[in-house]
Amino acid sequence: MNVHAPAPGVRTTCPYCGVGCGVVATPDGLGGAAIAGDASHPANAGRLCSKGSALGETLGLETRLLHPMIEGKRASWAAALDHVADGFKRVIDRHGPDAVAFYLSGQLLTEDYYVANKLMKGFIGSANVDTNSRLCMASSVAGHRLAFGSDTVPGCYEDLDEADLLVLVGSNAAWCHPVLYQRMVRAREKRGARIVSIDVRGTATTQTADLALTIRPGMDGVLFCGLLVHLADSQGVDRAFVGAHTENFDAALSQARLIAPDIATAAGKCGVDTGAIAEFFDLWLRIERVVTLYSQGVNQSWQGVDKVAAIVNCHLASGRIGQIGAGPFSLTGQPNAMGGREVGGLANQLAAHMGFSPGDINRVGRFWGAPRMARTEGLKAVPMFEAIARGDIKALWVIGTNPAVSLPRADDARAALSRLDLLVVSDNVRSTDTIEAGAHVLLPAAAWGEKDGTVTNSERRISRQRAFLPLAGEAKPDWWAASEVAKRMGFGEAFDYSGPADIFREHAALSGFENDGARSFDIGALAELSDAAYDALAPLQWPAPLGAPHGRARLFGDGRFFTPFRRARFAAIEEPALAVAPTVEFPFLLNTGRVRDQWHTMTRTGLSPRLAGHAPDPFVEVNPADARRLDLVDGGFARVATAYGSAVLRVAVTEAQVPGRIFAPIHWSDATAGPARIGALVHGFTDSVSGQPDSKAVPARLASVSYAAHGFILARNTLRLPGDSAWAWSAIEGGYAARIATNESYAALVEALGENLRPAEQARYNDPRRGTFRAAWIVAGRLETILFLGPEGEIPPWSGLSESWGLERLDAAARRFLLAGRSASANFDASPTICACFGVKSRAILMAIADGANSSDAIGARLKAGTNCGSCLPEVKRMIAMAATPVEV
Amino acid sequence: MSETLIVVGNGMAATRFVDELTQRAPSRYSVVVIGDEPRLSYNRVLLSSLLADEIDESAIELKGQDWWSARGATTLTGQAVTSIDREGGRLTLANGARLSYSKLVLATGSAPIRLPKPGMNLPGVLTFRDLADVEAMRAMMAPGARAAVIGGGLLGIEAAYGLAKAGVKVTLIHLMDQLMERQLDARAGALLKRAIEAKGVDVVLGADAAAVVGEERARAVALSDGRLIDADFVVCAVGIRPRAQLAKDAGLAVNRGIVVDDGLASSDPDIFALGECAEHRGNVYGLVEPAYEQAKILAHRLAGDLAASYLGSTLATNLKVSGVNVFSAGQFIENESNDCLMLEDEGAGIYKKLVLREGRLAGAVLFGDAADGLWYLDLIRSGADVSHMRDLLAFGPALALAQAA
Repeated sequence: MNVHAPAPGVRTTCPYCGVGCGVVATPDGLGGAAIAGDASHPANAGRLCSKGSALGETLGLETRLLHPMIEGKRASWAAALDHVADGFKRVIDRHGPDAVAFYLSGQLLTEDYYVANKLMKGFIGSANVDTNSRLCMASSVAGHRLAFGSDTVPGCYEDLDEADLLVLVGSNAAWCHPVLYQRMVRAREKRGARIVSIDVRGTATTQTADLALTIRPGMDGVLFCGLLVHLADSQGVDRAFVGAHTENFDAALSQARLIAPDIATAAGKCGVDTGAIAEFFDLWLRIERVVTLYSQGVNQSWQGVDKVAAIVNCHLASGRIGQIGAGPFSLTGQPNAMGGREVGGLANQLAAHMGFSPGDINRVGRFWGAPRMARTEGLKAVPMFEAIARGDIKALWVIGTNPAVSLPRADDARAALSRLDLLVVSDNVRSTDTIEAGAHVLLPAAAWGEKDGTVTNSERRISRQRAFLPLAGEAKPDWWAASEVAKRMGFGEAFDYSGPADIFREHAALSGFENDGARSFDIGALAELSDAAYDALAPLQWPAPLGAPHGRARLFGDGRFFTPFRRARFAAIEEPALAVAPTVEFPFLLNTGRVRDQWHTMTRTGLSPRLAGHAPDPFVEVNPADARRLDLVDGGFARVATAYGSAVLRVAVTEAQVPGRIFAPIHWSDATAGPARIGALVHGFTDSVSGQPDSKAVPARLASVSYAAHGFILARNTLRLPGDSAWAWSAIEGGYAARIATNESYAALVEALGENLRPAEQARYNDPRRGTFRAAWIVAGRLETILFLGPEGEIPPWSGLSESWGLERLDAAARRFLLAGRSASANFDASPTICACFGVKSRAILMAIADGANSSDAIGARLKAGTNCGSCLPEVKRMIAMAATPVEV
Repeated sequence: MSETLIVVGNGMAATRFVDELTQRAPSRYSVVVIGDEPRLSYNRVLLSSLLADEIDESAIELKGQDWWSARGATTLTGQAVTSIDREGGRLTLANGARLSYSKLVLATGSAPIRLPKPGMNLPGVLTFRDLADVEAMRAMMAPGARAAVIGGGLLGIEAAYGLAKAGVKVTLIHLMDQLMERQLDARAGALLKRAIEAKGVDVVLGADAAAVVGEERARAVALSDGRLIDADFVVCAVGIRPRAQLAKDAGLAVNRGIVVDDGLASSDPDIFALGECAEHRGNVYGLVEPAYEQAKILAHRLAGDLAASYLGSTLATNLKVSGVNVFSAGQFIENESNDCLMLEDEGAGIYKKLVLREGRLAGAVLFGDAADGLWYLDLIRSGADVSHMRDLLAFGPALALAQAA
């Protein structure tokens, strides 16, 4: 087989958030690539955020799963696929199709998603396909379908350039969608747009906003009901649009009046000053071009669909939808959550924006030639894992996600995984908490840079994610693995794909199949793409039905929606409330979210030293008054506990938190830290319509925790640390660093580290009275692991060792000062001692000789060397003689 | 006319003393130096290097004949002094000659101890003290020969190392369960054992040499537990004893060594002693540094500075043993009233232990890297509080002082 070096500068798409930035990757021929923003991509016009810019640092293979494994042992693909297919067949034969499930990811490409969804819903005959998008944007999907009759984002990114008012709700876009946020900031500079941020805490976004409303958790709906009332009472309603293109306005408005009859009531419920609310309402009323962007603060709520609806209500009422610079805008968290939605990869969708009506089932069944169509909705993520825990689901295939970390009640989810008869995990890393929960089969998946297919971003733009690296080891695309399992289950004909283009054509054809404009998602124009045209596909916004191949920036400006009567539907929402109010036992409300430079469970961003510096340790933000009351100190530790689980986190004391509220990021897992799995703390309440978990307001308690010893570890690879310790790995050049606080003994830690090591030389420094213990393991002159432990606040920073850590071979000086936590000392003369009696080193003697001391007596007079026992005099004389020998040229 | 000052002994202490004295009082005394070795003084410390063939014989000479002449000192080599007539102020030499003295300095050094066990005087049983011993060993150290060295102190180790280097199959027999137990702690002793074994020496610890076995010459060393260590020759390096018989016969006060006061005077105010033969405040030193300090003090005294006093030495062992730097000083064994810092790098062959008491450095053992030994010795001697630099103390002055500054 010929191996072609990929052409320089492959255009692809970033694998992180839903902005979907174009990336130009230039392989270096050594397995890495230079990364740059793609100036021609409409999503980012060449810009990248910190995470995207660091993609080149995340291409290493050291953590990759490179071959299939069965029960912990390396296996061939053939054996692994047989095992998976046989296992699924056995469970289906014995317990029926609903005893199996797939749990997918917004990281999958559309093609991967399509094949997995088709296998489960058309051929296995169950709709038990759900995805981590359930945790991310299910409420937006449901809100869209409720209001528009289809899961359609009305606007596009250009609206952010064209708007005069940008309202961010429950979105820290400055960190989570940085490229878009910077676009908004430029719109502010360019045309004086105002930025309003509505959140329950202070963030980088609220800090830069023109107006920030810090509302009570869960009260977003109150605010937008109040806005709807205000619009109605201030001639802000577009009566013509409402009359011609919508329904249920009156019911929605009267319910809104019950919830927020006036500004004072709204302000009271939201816990915000009336003036600020009035200012916001007034801006919204006056400014025609308004985009309301929302993200997890809205979606991750047991009333998430209502929150979406409350926002959409205001845009419908004012007719500000599908217009240039106006509309509601859901910011997606994941690179291809949108693609998954288009495919139908959620348990309550069938395929291509079709549901479980008899007509849809029939249509999709005919299109697929499917023998065994799923007839009803499957189990959404949270109930799916409950079914696993009950034993109703016995075989699960997890692809590209880490539910043991990310699901609410993650401890229960992890325990459920361990009960499965068959747990198959497709991933590109060897170890995740999900894998460690008891995976029976591991399938090595293609990673970003190797994957080839399409993704859809938040503005409905389909972009190619192209391969620029060869598949690592025996890794394979997920669509291939799913197709191969399908073939082994006897469905070969329907899964005989030649490649991603082939799958995409089928997906596009299904979207246009018997559509006639009834379904918003229609890319029928792409159903006949040649492989070459697919390869070259330029970013394109759907819909692109047959005859309109160039896509469409905005929908609904014409007032035509996808409900049966083509009218948008206002929603009358429930009275906003918390899922569970704080109690005496759990008096705080725990909010969860992301940090700027990490992504999900850090399996990729965790590899980048550049990204590690921003927030190296899991933390909890606490208001100073709460901190004082609970004796929490900034940089110390707190145990955060809910009714479901607990974590020990570094305390960050900050005014950004309102008293009574705390915030903790979600990224850390047992693979990277301990104990800091925030998912374990989140309760399992979900939105009754969308099934999305309520992750932003969980009653919690906080208590100060102290540890006997503190310190750090540097290691070449991460490992799990024992027992009663708080620790977190972060990438550094050439390895990982962990700050650690522990009640474990030094010996226990040494044992844990030692188990992980090849035979190594050990260097130690102990001062037992001080409680100081330090050790370094050295292999062939290179540092392999370092452990420093000691009293709190008296550990030298590991950064003092970074120079030595980088050495391929420690020199004598570096080695001498290693356990002092220094790379070397400028004052130290590492040359050998010649005169032991007076500690005179060869460098000093050579300098004296060069300076004219030409006899041993002269050296003795100057340096005292040789004047005591005299045993060095022969050597001193040799040095003088050698210095006197002319160098032959 | 100058007074006659006779130095008995022509070792390192004597040479340094003459050097110091003739610098301070060049013409005050007519100096005569009498040595029983058949050559001018040499650096005994280098005998190990000579045995190990790291230097040649010319390198060990301390001062040449020209130097002695220039200093106005008369040297008599190969001449043993047999008696002192204190009344008459005269010495008698082995050849019968008599010399008068005004001042007499005894620098007779020490003699190697032979164990009082059967067979120790057989041919093929050597000691390791002077050049003649080195020459005797050299005559027998053919590659493949077998040697037993008795004594795991510094000299025994050096002898074993030098012999092994020449290809001799050496077994080092030591009574204690640790090498150099007076200078090193158990860990450093163990490291030293490993280092010596790496040089090809078999080390047998806890071994009591009961006898040397052989008919006409040494054939093996018998241990008290019945083991037999075959050897073509035996080196007995179990220690040294001050050579004080001459002084004792003359009626001078002698305990282990010749008893001297802080002015290095013996019980006879005209007779002085220094170096390994002298006993000062109950201490007999076996190292060169105190001897040199004593030489300096005595030179001051005899040059007329009667205030010069020797107050004793805080001893440090600071040596290169078999190519490994070793240092120890002070109270270096940890106990309940002190605490210790330990730094060890197996791969680099480095071990350091610092013992602290009440915030002050009480003792130190350094193995493999002794570069900071003298700094520790100063800290031990000064009794300075080191609490402020405790965390960096083990890493030496380059860090600790930079930090404290």
